[in-house]
Amino acid sequence: MIRVIDLHKSFGQKKVLQGVNLRLKHGETLVIIGQSGCGKSVLLKHIIGLFKPDKGSVLVDGVDIAKLKDDELHKVTRRFGMLFQGSALFDSMTVGQNVSFGLERYTDFSQEEIKELVKESLAKVGLIGIENLMPYELSGGMKKRVGLARAIAYRPDIILYDEPSTGIDPIRADAINELVIRMKEELKVATLIITHDMVSAYKVADRIGMLYEGQIIEMGSPEEIKNSDNQVVQQFIHGKAEGPIKNW
Amino acid sequence: MLGLLTWSFNLLNHKMFPIAKSPLYYFNSFLQQVGEVGLLFFQTFKNLFKKPWEKRIFIQQLEEIGVRSLPVVSLTAAFGGLVFGLQTYLGFHRYIGPGSETYGGPIISLGLSKELIPILVGLMVSGRVGSAMAAEIGTMKITEQIDALFSLGADPTRYLVVPRTLASLVMLPCLTIYGDIIGMAAGFFYNVYIMGVNRVLYIRNTLLYMELWDIMSGLIKSAVFGVIIALIGCWQGLRTEGGAEGVGRATTRTVVIASILILIVNFFLSKALPADI
Repeated sequence: MIRVIDLHKSFGQKKVLQGVNLRLKHGETLVIIGQSGCGKSVLLKHIIGLFKPDKGSVLVDGVDIAKLKDDELHKVTRRFGMLFQGSALFDSMTVGQNVSFGLERYTDFSQEEIKELVKESLAKVGLIGIENLMPYELSGGMKKRVGLARAIAYRPDIILYDEPSTGIDPIRADAINELVIRMKEELKVATLIITHDMVSAYKVADRIGMLYEGQIIEMGSPEEIKNSDNQVVQQFIHGKAEGPIKNW
Repeated sequence: MLGLLTWSFNLLNHKMFPIAKSPLYYFNSFLQQVGEVGLLFFQTFKNLFKKPWEKRIFIQQLEEIGVRSLPVVSLTAAFGGLVFGLQTYLGFHRYIGPGSETYGGPIISLGLSKELIPILVGLMVSGRVGSAMAAEIGTMKITEQIDALFSLGADPTRYLVVPRTLASLVMLPCLTIYGDIIGMAAGFFYNVYIMGVNRVLYIRNTLLYMELWDIMSGLIKSAVFGVIIALIGCWQGLRTEGGAEGVGRATTRTVVIASILILIVNFFLSKALPADI
């Protein structure tokens, strides 16, 4: 479904991605772990087409998205749903308007049908009757869930999560993990999550990949990652300051 | 020109002084910024004709740029007209002689409609609306709302820049014609009701020498200023980085760059547009 091939990206002198390779299959949940600032979000933004690679390619169903024209790229990005780290709700719009954003612009649904779909999407994330609230009236956990409702309202094939459990308490973080699993089961979507929260990673992942110094240095099932011989992986998953990773 | 302005602004910024950079760096920066604005202008123009049209945002912006600017435009146009009327009266009275003040009418109308009102409206709107555009889009940028737009399949230029530029293009001439009326009325009020100039002759001379083209050329200028304000505000908003401090910098830059560009472009437009047709 998604293939990232030899992806390179630099910002000025700083080389962020130095040959990332990965594959996300239909219906699979892939979690990318790594230190803060190691380029996980940059990788995600390449997959959704926000950044153009310096070298390498991102293929979505065989189509290199870096070579698409703007309008064609926007058609491809409508197949994605993305949950942002800070939710990124449009603060000038109500919850209902946020969730219906894509539906109103790019579908032929009537207003009544859109209202039903908004209700349904919000209900899927456990929120009822908040369509008329503004984003500033919501708690952090509610914002994340509205962000997820917005991401799934358009019935995407692929959902991308950028640090879904960051900035919320452990109970809400676990509720988000449950939602991630439920979305995958109900919507049969491919899921790509970037996080440094190992509890979440173990809970939701089919496979886990570790990004370090611009490359995927290890990829495997949660069990394989737990038992990895790679000292960098072991230091990261156990959260130790001592070890081969020095630049923290 | 644009890069030169930004360069001057950066040079005046105290944070830039400790860092010595080569002239080549500034030249590159200049070219890059001119390129960015040129590209944004091109993308905006290209997206003008593509659906879906963001009617709701366009109407919101018409209100924001036009209706909400009325109080500030009324005040500046009124006092601009009054002071222009005062100086014109003094000039005619002192250098031509008593009785010649009735010829102040066409001078006031010409000066206001061709130069003063379009510039005053442009400067006021760049301070009030250009900065607000930069702040709003800049905040959206740093909170990933622009990325969210993209992820939902919306083109940020089409969604954010096009309706603002169109609304600004429409409302600046409207505000200018409104300012022309207020300014001319204020000049008339000062001369006729305060200084006792003959009302009939003042109006007759104004209508005799004033041409529709004088007003039209002011409207053409203000339409250009409208595009400058919206493009600079959106451009600065879209390139905002670095949190709240970055938003503050973007708003300040917008006002400085747009205001100076308005003054410079005004001169060249005055030179390029024919005196009459």
